[in-house]
Amino acid sequence: MSAALTIIGDFLAGLGRAQFFLLKILGALPATLLRPRLVVHQVYSVGVLSLIIIVISGSFVGMVLGLQGYRTLVRFGAEDSLGVFVAMVIVRELGPVVTALLFAGRAGSALAAEIGLMKATDQLSAMEMMAVDPMRRVIAPRFLAGLISMPLLSGIFCVMAIGVAGGHAIGVELLGVDAGSYWSQIRASVAAEDLVQSFTKSAVFGFTISWVAVYQGYHAAPTSDGVSRATTSTVVVSSLAILALDLALTAFMFR
Amino acid sequence: MPPAPNDSDMLVRVRGLHFGHGTRKIYDGVDVDIPRGKVTAIMGPSGTGKTTLLRIIGGQWRPQQGTVEFDGVDVHKATQSKLYAMRKHMGLLFQNGGLLTDLSVFDNVAFPLREHAKLPEAMIRDLVLMKLEAVGLRGARDLFPEQLSGGMSRRVALARAIALEPDMVMYDEPFAGQDPISLGVLMRLIRSLNQSLGITSVVVSHDVDELLSIADHVYILGGGKVLDHGTPDSIRHSQSALVQQFLKGEPDGPIAFHYKARPYSEDLLGADR
Repeated sequence: MSAALTIIGDFLAGLGRAQFFLLKILGALPATLLRPRLVVHQVYSVGVLSLIIIVISGSFVGMVLGLQGYRTLVRFGAEDSLGVFVAMVIVRELGPVVTALLFAGRAGSALAAEIGLMKATDQLSAMEMMAVDPMRRVIAPRFLAGLISMPLLSGIFCVMAIGVAGGHAIGVELLGVDAGSYWSQIRASVAAEDLVQSFTKSAVFGFTISWVAVYQGYHAAPTSDGVSRATTSTVVVSSLAILALDLALTAFMFR
Repeated sequence: MPPAPNDSDMLVRVRGLHFGHGTRKIYDGVDVDIPRGKVTAIMGPSGTGKTTLLRIIGGQWRPQQGTVEFDGVDVHKATQSKLYAMRKHMGLLFQNGGLLTDLSVFDNVAFPLREHAKLPEAMIRDLVLMKLEAVGLRGARDLFPEQLSGGMSRRVALARAIALEPDMVMYDEPFAGQDPISLGVLMRLIRSLNQSLGITSVVVSHDVDELLSIADHVYILGGGKVLDHGTPDSIRHSQSALVQQFLKGEPDGPIAFHYKARPYSEDLLGADR
């Protein structure tokens, strides 16, 4: 019983520290916005360098959905609706969620490891002693870059999964679904509201992953084990948070 | 007899400092004065908290009790903006350099200038090259920290620490890993920065002879206390057995070489083997 209370107490204390840390990040954001080059550099680091994994994963997920969807729909003679099936699943659900899981693994872990190592090698302390606030110079630009990159990557994932090399390649090019039907049904069914909700989900996930990553990195023990734990925690906590938030957001948006 | 130094002669005043990590006590009521414009050496056996003292003076760590004043202002009662303003007047050379690994040697030294000085890039270039020339690494400007040896990293960190020409520079083990030539140059550099620019220097090191040769004032720390302090000559002739053992590097004496442990025979032959 006391062990359970200790775990709950530690969890709540950690949550409190993370929220206090978030307030400090938000306080540092105005100064960061005055130096957009710092943010652009980080968008390249966490966003552009994540492009390959997002493009490849989006294509594979779209292809699998194309195959699975065609196999089911063709039994009812509804293979012309393949585009709607792929687009709805990708835009509403898999686009933001899979992108976020990949982003947490690729960019979140890299952010935590980078910041953790900067702490372990006294780089953050050195900045403080040079009267440079690491919250403004290191943490806030990385947080903002994650927040900006995630919705953009999610959009690219959706484009790759629905068209180009994903569902379109399998359904239209390989299995012979009519291209006109594929695209016209997508246009008729996917509403602007779906796109807004997809964007909202990916922005919330981006916010969460960036917050978890910079918090874990900044609070890592300054040892190799500490950095390793921070990296692992970033991926585990972010992934669980993404799935839980996805349920909450889906229930809220599509109620 | 020289007049007693007054408050304005002291750039840093540490009073009644208590500090510890968990149950381990590092400082138990320490008073230290850093005279303005002088070279002050902080020495003592490993683990006595010499680096800790620099971090406390820099406001990075907070003492459990006691006060630290820099130029008359309490470092640990200052707001963050005041503390950062104070830090523009103090430089700290970290033991491992603390160089920013994603920046070149040139950009590392230029970092504080670009952040604070608002100078044209051409002037920053000249200033950086002058600082790098002083530490003998002008030719290494395009290298990255992972391409430098430990001694070179510390020299780059020294160039960075003096880039803004602060009132005080704290050097944490500046001579570690330096070859004899670099060591001699660094000693002369610390002394000349002090003499030509009036920079107050606080040097933490184990290199007794080197440090005593450039210091104006010396503190020997040990067991959470100040064991002795004074001019290098007075320290050399200190009556304290602890100080004499430390200066002469003798294995036997009041300072134990071994970390506190149960008897060796008990460890080797005891029940838990």
